Amino acid sequence: MLAGGVGICPKLTYDMSIFWLRVALGFYGVGLLYALVALTRTSELLNRVALHAVYLGMILQFVSLTEGVFLSDHVTAAMVHNSESLLAFLMMVVFMIVFLVYKTTSPGIIVFPLVFLLTFMAATRQQPFLVTSPGMRTSWLFAHIGLIFLGYAALVLSFCASVLYLIQQHSLKAKRASGILARLPALEDIDQIGYRALLLGFPFMTLGLIAGSVVAESTYGRIDFHDPKILLSLLMWAVYLIMVYTRWIAGWRGRKAAVLASVAFAAAVVAWAANYFSSIHRFVAS
Amino acid sequence: MRFQLIGVNHNTAPVEVRERLAIPESRLPEACKKLTEFPGIEEGMILSTCNRVEVLANTQNGSGADLRAFLQSYFQLSNSELDRHLYEYHEQDAVRHVFRVASSLDSMVVGEPQILGQVKEAYAIARAVGAVRAQLDQLVTRAFAVAKRVRTETAVGSSSVSIASVAVDLAKKIFGNLHGKHVFLVGAGKMSELAARHLLAHGCESIFVANRTYDRAVGLAYKFKGQAIHFEDLHNTCDRADIVITSTGAPHAIFRREHGELFLSRRKNRPMFFIDIAVPRDVDAAMNKLDGIFVYDIDDLQQAVASHVADRRKEAERAEAIVTLEVERFQARLLTLDVVPTIVSLQDHLETIRQAEIDRVRGRLGPLSPDQELAVEALTRGIVNKIMHTPISTLKSAARDPEATTVIDLVRRLFNLQEKRAKTSVPGDEN
Repeated sequence: MLAGGVGICPKLTYDMSIFWLRVALGFYGVGLLYALVALTRTSELLNRVALHAVYLGMILQFVSLTEGVFLSDHVTAAMVHNSESLLAFLMMVVFMIVFLVYKTTSPGIIVFPLVFLLTFMAATRQQPFLVTSPGMRTSWLFAHIGLIFLGYAALVLSFCASVLYLIQQHSLKAKRASGILARLPALEDIDQIGYRALLLGFPFMTLGLIAGSVVAESTYGRIDFHDPKILLSLLMWAVYLIMVYTRWIAGWRGRKAAVLASVAFAAAVVAWAANYFSSIHRFVAS
Repeated sequence: MRFQLIGVNHNTAPVEVRERLAIPESRLPEACKKLTEFPGIEEGMILSTCNRVEVLANTQNGSGADLRAFLQSYFQLSNSELDRHLYEYHEQDAVRHVFRVASSLDSMVVGEPQILGQVKEAYAIARAVGAVRAQLDQLVTRAFAVAKRVRTETAVGSSSVSIASVAVDLAKKIFGNLHGKHVFLVGAGKMSELAARHLLAHGCESIFVANRTYDRAVGLAYKFKGQAIHFEDLHNTCDRADIVITSTGAPHAIFRREHGELFLSRRKNRPMFFIDIAVPRDVDAAMNKLDGIFVYDIDDLQQAVASHVADRRKEAERAEAIVTLEVERFQARLLTLDVVPTIVSLQDHLETIRQAEIDRVRGRLGPLSPDQELAVEALTRGIVNKIMHTPISTLKSAARDPEATTVIDLVRRLFNLQEKRAKTSVPGDEN
């Protein structure tokens, strides 16, 4: 089940890490249920239960991630190995920050399913650990991955906010609101959540890409712009730049901003998936 | 007979009658005192609002009291004038009525929140003059608890049922917090002024006023402590406002799509909310298609009000069920309260007899060892308790019966118990 390169960790602990992750997945399942039910009707009870469930899920996921770090004996390697889980965890962190500031669980409608999906992928997949090549500058790699993931998490939330903004705008214009629509936060609050997440995520993403290029330079001596993942990441970064700019200068929000956010999000998803096509980002021991 | 209530409200009496019966707050303490001095009345409370005047009394002696006579003598009215408009409730029905009034189920606008405050005020006044002490106190404080329960468990008071409050709700849905938002009042009218007033009360910072006649704009601006704008400058200044209320008599729309586009570009696309109360409409319907501009006309607002009213009606049914339950609970509690003083005096009575008998024979028993002392104590106590057991359990089970009073009377007569009232929570003289 486990490939070589993990000699120092007993099989038992690896199982524990996965075990906690699977329990966390169960809790996130409650969040997913909340998101599905919220589409048709609201339930105060489910709202509260879901919030506590995902909170527990978060803690367990943290435990699982920490065990992963001890296990692989290397933070960076663990981050790469548990990348989906880490991203899910960071998204939950950002969600919780938004909840604490704005007292709204509405972004959960989109965040919870994504978190569930990512955790599901992490919990069911068995992948050998990354073996870092000796020449790699691991501290830069650590910065690269950490920053990019924080950026991803914030930007996903920004995307959620722009979708919610559209929904809220539509319901206000259609002049009828029922179920979850009646409970969405105010339009300007959603707008602020999205904008702040964008302002938070963009610098992280930028710094993360810079750190990535440093790693590439030092490891391969050049940056391979033909690599699909790098191309897509740059595209995503460019779209985010446009988003920040148009928002700053012209105050774009609503439909136009949502279209941009969707393009950026799609680029992000494809860039994520590009791991499987990228020669650099294929984190499997060969 | 214990609780009695008599009164008029918006359903039974026109305003001409209600205003003749209304008692201003300054005269309420004195009226309450007069009420308690009226024959047969133990405690009393008077509620006088613009929609209702009600007299609630506790007639402890069981005789009942002629509250109609009280009203006639207090207001010096003839019988026939009043009779048609009065409603009168007794006992359980009176309890139910008090609960319904406090829970705002008897209000003209069901669920409106003011009535509870008014009842609380009336209660405070009556209590201050000592007109509410014992059972009426329990009834009214229970009514507050019921009102709170209705408010938290049903949505009877949660939705807005006036144009102005619907407008405020919508503004909050768009802007979240209204603090620091600016309102533009275009044209004048009762409804638009009311909406503006509501928005200001909910935190909006300032108000601009424009009118075809500049003088009227100045007058209105003065009233709202706002700023008057010349009508020609309307389109140039309008983007400074977040919420625009229009109600001009203009035959054509004064805000068209191109204006909306201009406003948006000047506002960097920050949203704008148009409340169009005018007929014909002041805002072109095409404006609502612009990203970030929300237009609600009078029909939209009225529809929202109508759907909220329907919601409230549904919730009111649930509230009525709660009230029914609470009335039953309160009645049951009252009966138990009736029984308690009798049980206490029965226990006191037998204990006195026991003590007296021990004292009487003590001399003949001679000096007793502590053990013997305890044995005598235990023996006498045992006898008394055994005798008391059946009457007390009969009383307790009778408490749940409507015939409790007969049982109480019987026990009192059998044991020759002195009249003893329930311990009441008489507030100490606070003045």
